[in-house]
Amino acid sequence: MSASLLILIPLLPLIGFLINGIGFPNIPKSAVGIIGTLAVVASFVLSVMTFNAFVASGSETLIVPLFDWITVGELNIPFSFQIDQLSLLMLMIITGVGSLIHIYSIGYMHHDTGFGKFFAYLNLFLFFMLLLVLGSNYVIMFIGWEGVGLCSYLLIGFWNKNTNYNDAARKAFIMNRIGDLGFLLGIFTIIATFGSVEYSEVFSKATAFSVGDPVIITITLFLFIGAMGKSAQIPLYTWLPDAMAGPTPVSALIHAATMVTAGIYMVIRSNILYSLAPSTLEIVGVIGGATALFAASIGLLQNDIKKVLAYSTVSQLGYMFMGLGAMAYSASMFHVITHAFFKALLFLGAGSVIHAMSDEQDIRHMGGLRKKLPVTFLTFLIATIAISGIPPFAGFFSKDEILAHVFEHNKLLWAIGVLGSLMTSFYMFRLLFLTFFGTFRGTHEQEHHLHESPASMTVPLIILAVLSAVGGFIGVPAALHGSHYLAEFMSPLYEGARQANPEAFMPTELSHTEEYILMGISVAAALISAIAAYVMYVQRGAVPALDSHEKSGLERLVYNKYYVDELYNAVFVKPVKTLSNILYSFGEFFIDLIVNGAARLVGFLSGLLRKTQTGSTGDYVFAMVLGIALILFWKLLL
Amino acid sequence: MLTLLLILLPVIAAVITLFSGERLAKTVALIGGLTTLGLAVMTWLQFDPAAGTQFGFKYAWVSSGGISFAAGLDGISLVLVLLTTFLTPLIVLSAFKHDYKKPASFYALILFMEAALIGVFTATDAFLFYLFFEAALIPVYFLAAIWGGENRIKVTFKFFIYTIFGSLFMMVALVYLYYQTPGTHTSEITAFYQLQLSPQTQGFIFWAFFIAFAIKMPLFPFHTWQPDTYTESPTAATMLLSGIMLKMGVYGLIRFLLPIVPQGMESWGMMAMILSVIGIIYGSIIAIQQSDMKRLIAYSSFAHVGLMAAGVFSYSVNGLQGALIQMLAHGINVIGLFFIIDIIYSRTKTRFLDQLGGISQSTPHLSIYFMILLLGSVALPLTNGFVGEFLLLSSVFHYDGWLGAIAGLTIILGSVYMLRLFQKSMFGPRSKWVEGFQDLTASESAVLLPLVIMVFWIGIYPNTFLKLTEPAVSQLLQLVNN
Repeated sequence: MSASLLILIPLLPLIGFLINGIGFPNIPKSAVGIIGTLAVVASFVLSVMTFNAFVASGSETLIVPLFDWITVGELNIPFSFQIDQLSLLMLMIITGVGSLIHIYSIGYMHHDTGFGKFFAYLNLFLFFMLLLVLGSNYVIMFIGWEGVGLCSYLLIGFWNKNTNYNDAARKAFIMNRIGDLGFLLGIFTIIATFGSVEYSEVFSKATAFSVGDPVIITITLFLFIGAMGKSAQIPLYTWLPDAMAGPTPVSALIHAATMVTAGIYMVIRSNILYSLAPSTLEIVGVIGGATALFAASIGLLQNDIKKVLAYSTVSQLGYMFMGLGAMAYSASMFHVITHAFFKALLFLGAGSVIHAMSDEQDIRHMGGLRKKLPVTFLTFLIATIAISGIPPFAGFFSKDEILAHVFEHNKLLWAIGVLGSLMTSFYMFRLLFLTFFGTFRGTHEQEHHLHESPASMTVPLIILAVLSAVGGFIGVPAALHGSHYLAEFMSPLYEGARQANPEAFMPTELSHTEEYILMGISVAAALISAIAAYVMYVQRGAVPALDSHEKSGLERLVYNKYYVDELYNAVFVKPVKTLSNILYSFGEFFIDLIVNGAARLVGFLSGLLRKTQTGSTGDYVFAMVLGIALILFWKLLL
Repeated sequence: MLTLLLILLPVIAAVITLFSGERLAKTVALIGGLTTLGLAVMTWLQFDPAAGTQFGFKYAWVSSGGISFAAGLDGISLVLVLLTTFLTPLIVLSAFKHDYKKPASFYALILFMEAALIGVFTATDAFLFYLFFEAALIPVYFLAAIWGGENRIKVTFKFFIYTIFGSLFMMVALVYLYYQTPGTHTSEITAFYQLQLSPQTQGFIFWAFFIAFAIKMPLFPFHTWQPDTYTESPTAATMLLSGIMLKMGVYGLIRFLLPIVPQGMESWGMMAMILSVIGIIYGSIIAIQQSDMKRLIAYSSFAHVGLMAAGVFSYSVNGLQGALIQMLAHGINVIGLFFIIDIIYSRTKTRFLDQLGGISQSTPHLSIYFMILLLGSVALPLTNGFVGEFLLLSSVFHYDGWLGAIAGLTIILGSVYMLRLFQKSMFGPRSKWVEGFQDLTASESAVLLPLVIMVFWIGIYPNTFLKLTEPAVSQLLQLVNN
């Protein structure tokens, strides 16, 4: 695998962006779709080739320097790529799922006048996302990090005539920037500590630090703030549900499968630093657990098909951080992979439903769609089973592995995780039943229009369904007589961490029996919820009440997402605006007064200056010229 | 010799412009600006970063007194001369859309201004520096006072008083330093570097320079002349003020304050740093609620320059290199943004955000240029603003963690006011003010395209410019640290 081919992996989407972006709106739609999709598919093929070459050549980490980007004093930040197990896995997910979503978008966005712009933005997103995972240092990761944030902004506000959508886009960008500041401060501390930002250098020097070193804790906390923003964790999660304003393929690609997992990528990438900072890991685990539970509970009562999935994403990301907190890095990565499959599938399925329902997103107006949308229904069903953690589908293996590690680490967090699974299964089956079962509750017009989506949309659904069904087999635990390919593959990534903190990498103490019991509990939880949802929404045919309906206190609290947005508004947004107004109308006035007053005082004390205070501009110019002339004249005489 | 030519060429062009008649004036001025740019680029190609001050000349001015008409280029001077000569023709071209009265004087003043600015950035004699520093005020004063908005007289007067006031402090400091030089006295800047001044004296000189340069940039709390002046001036003058002239202040800090009074820096640097950081936050927060787009950018510029100053006061290689690259970036972005506001204003007759909206629906090109300049301004990686802001923030953070974190808020606040600016003008439902809004004309694109190219050049390959200034900066830091 030559370096030049490797460069093409991010470069091709960039070229696709440039062609479609500059050519818009002059390139015909058919060509736009082909160019945009081809760029990503080619990138995927190259990624697979790189993967094979990597494995064939004995899994040696490869660094490809391109050029020196920023050189200042002792600090050099090269623009270079790193190929190893982690970047390869991310490459495959990004380009693989990315390809499917591009194909899907050809059908989904067909009627949109901004078709070319849409594909350009999608390609640009992939370029930045690939930079993020390919970079060989933190600053290149930061380029990708902010770049995907930009694309997310552009795509959330894609239909920019709508002010609410624009507000959602802006919120996403600003909230991410809060996280980015943390990331940036983390990078500065890394520079101060290690004198470099290159992974290879930073990580090899990090082994010299002892476990719990305050500098390492500072760095990891700063970086984690960045992760909280990008991966929508408490308290920086509220942008993600709003981000559903973007077209559905965007939600699938950016706000479910790839971009939002960047925070997990970052922690796994920095695993040696985190392994040296147990207190940070505690915080990561607790925030993850809290987010997993909190978001899942909101999901229970949402009626917008995309909103349910959005909160579900926040919650699942919480699980991944829970895993990271227990140092189950591979398990979290495993969940990143399976989640990419089933959550992308769920969003694309939702898109197919929305498409069929003439842009209706409220599940209270759906029902009985399984007959009219058989492919969408079946694939959505598979994804629902997968996310709920019912074996042998993908989600079961990855979530179970996380929970097993968390159990060993902290029993309370494990209980929270199981409670979260209970909720997950309930809101997902609720969503499934309300959408596809029962009788149709929409308008006649909608009913007349109902149709299964075209092949360009259903084929990606089917492929993702297969992956959601069998994807878990890359990580079958030893307790189930499997060999965990993924864990084995990723194991070299933790070489340094293992050296630096050997105690943390002790093999599991759980017996197979204990593991069976844990599995049994979480599967039982999922099944109970599924059955409860069935009884409620299929047997009894319950439909959530309309918004006008009076709600009980707790119900209202959850339905309104615990009023967190309102809280942020009152605590941050409004005060800053008020401060802005005060500073402008009063602050400026007073400063003017004080500075001018001080100037007058100086003028009063100094005869020279006093002469300049005559108030006529002509006098000032005259005084200045005179002053210069006098000095020169004086010098000449001396 | 090349330096002398660089100063003289715009003067000659200005004189020709003045006598070329109303119709030809702008074309002549543009050619003059482009010729000077060509000369600057030629100088750049011959420049050797490692060789110190080059292409210098020196004529005895006040022969017995050691005051001379002396100028030359080191890396720091060169990048600022490149910035000046790059932006001036664009400023000239950006004014083409307006029918200014007395165009010959208008364009001639821009070129006079260019000459004075090049003089400031290249002077190697302190009094010559002072002369140019003051001379630069005159053209921009007339531009604002004659072609400005309704309140121009009051506003430009305030501006004038402020800057003259500051300059007097510098004058006193320079005269004092001059008399400290040994022998027959000299006003060569490098001679000032050799002076051994008592810590107390250094403190006085520090504040004298600080006030002079802080007013020029401006830094908090000497900024109250700036938003009004930027808003009331004709766009060309606003561009000169914000794009280039404020860099005189930052340049002054680097050239005079740091190396001449390093001990003053040590005692008072923290205070200056705090003022700079307050300015960043103060300016950013005010920008959040501005409705007048020009005023919004004025406050944003005030915030940005605060960060540059903070970088300088950190007296680290990151801070100085960051300040230099950020001067380039800021000049490019702010001129682009003021121009875009000018375009919107000339089409809609309003600059108020609450009256605008939905412009992007009919203007794909304008939207893209606007977005790219905005991204540069909010320091998105791979645009010009990132490199500077990254280096500056890292320098402030290393100087003091808390100050660095507070200064870092600029990346959040910056995106708040900039995205609001973009959304309220370009997105949303179409306002009645923007009906029939036409996309960019060819001459408008001709201004914006070079700017956008530079946004990416500096963002993707900043080493072109960092390498130019590196030797000069490390030399300077050696002086400071000794």
